[in-house]
Parts: sequence; C-alpha cells; structure tokens
Amino acid sequence: MSDLKVVADPGTHEIVITRSFDAPRDLVFKAFTDPEAVAQWWGLRGSETTVDELEARPGGRWRFVQRYGNGGEDGFHGVYHDAVAPERIVYTFEYEGLPGHVLLETITFEEQDGKTLMTDSSVFQSVADRDGMLQSGMESGAAESMDRLEAYLAKKR
Amino acid sequence: MRAERLNDIFAALADPTRRAILARLTAGEATVTELAEPFAMSLPAVSKHLKVLERAGLIARGREAQWRPCRLEADPLKEVADWVEGYRRFWEQSQERYDRLDDYLRQAQEKEEPDEQTTP
Repeated sequence: MSDLKVVADPGTHEIVITRSFDAPRDLVFKAFTDPEAVAQWWGLRGSETTVDELEARPGGRWRFVQRYGNGGEDGFHGVYHDAVAPERIVYTFEYEGLPGHVLLETITFEEQDGKTLMTDSSVFQSVADRDGMLQSGMESGAAESMDRLEAYLAKKR
Repeated sequence: MRAERLNDIFAALADPTRRAILARLTAGEATVTELAEPFAMSLPAVSKHLKVLERAGLIARGREAQWRPCRLEADPLKEVADWVEGYRRFWEQSQERYDRLDDYLRQAQEKEEPDEQTTP
C-alpha cells in the first residue's frame, strides 16, 4: 500500500504531496532528473512520455510531451531553478494547454532506512489555479479556466 | 452560479435529519406526516427541514394544499457527485503516477543487483 498524502489547506496557493519509495535516494533523484528514466515512468498509465529536453541544473530547461492512445497529446515545460543531487529539485511547471498558469515545484528527497521520502510542494499563482488543479486535474482545469476567461472577455466587450 | 448552488446543497446535506429524510424518499413519495413519523419532532420542525431541502432543489413538493407529497430530486446530488469526482480523479492520477515510479524503481534495482555481484 502506498502512503501517498495530499495536503491542500483551504485558501492557500499550495499543494503538498508526500510519498515514500522503496529505493535509495540516489535512484529516486535519478528517476526525476535523467531523461531516459523520466520517459519510463512519467505521466499517466496508457500514455507515453517523450522527453524533449531536460537539463537539471540552474537555468536548465525541461519539456515533456505526453501522448495518449487516442492520438491526443499534452505538452509540459519549465525551467530548473536548482537541482542538488540527491536532495532537491526546484523548477517551474507550465501545462501548455493552459499557458500563463505557472507553478513553482520544489521536490525534496530524504533517506529513511533505505527508503526515500519525497515531499513535493507546488505553489500556484492563485488559490483559483490551485483549486482548479485539485478539482479536475490539469486538463479539465484548463477547460474551466478557458470558460472563466471567456466569461471575463464577454463582460469586457 | 455553481459555487452558490453547491453551498446550498452541502448546507442542506449537513444535517442528519435532512439526510434521513432524503434516504426515506429514495423509497418513494411521502407526506410531511409520514416523513415526521421516525423523528421525535413537531410537524413545523419537519416542515422547516423540508423547506431547506426544497430550496437546495433536493426535493420537490406536490401542488395540492392538503396532500403535498415530497419526492426526491436527484440532479443536485449528481452535482455533488461530479464535484467529488474531480477530487477523486486528482487523487487517482497522483496514485497512478507514483505507482509507475515504483515500478520503474523496482526494475532499475533489479537491473543493478547482478552488477553488484560481479563487481563487489
């Protein structure tokens, strides 16, 4: 059984996910920062992930494309602010289906008796962005934001 | 507005008597007197609960003055279910992502083990 925990306190911009993995910290860090490794696990089941770029160093860029069985695809990209092996990665994250909504993700890895505890904090630009992500996942979150944008533009007209 | 509707629906559901009334109505229409029977409560008190449920759209009431049977309206409950569904999806997607990472880490360690034996 996984010990996944998701904490999203009401009214904040943040989601904190914790989970432990039965593997040494070096390997878990590699799983997040090595392009070949990322392509093997990143994304949802039934999808395939291509790593366009991944340079885990300050200022380095990353871009992943997730392809689904039905031919659809989603792109994600960002820039690394920091990558300290095997402890910590800090990067921005932007879903290309919802441009302009950027979140700052900080992932830390702690070793505990041969296992690795991951803490993944995502800080969104607004509570609404955070709630949109929580409530419907990135994709439908995007659709909702687009609806909101349309409504907003309609009012301005 | 959706958020306001959800406020009304959840407020209506946040009471054990009102939930018991809804549960009773899943079995079919009932009058106020019938609905009041299981509760140690006056008819006006039950009527108040029914008004809250009606405002939230969770029940509808018949037209006749004397015999105004209540019946369940399922649509708002569907809105609640849809709202919960979003969170369920986020949770399941998070589970799934990390389960895949588990698989990757297991495989990566299996590959490493024979190496350790040949190069101690």
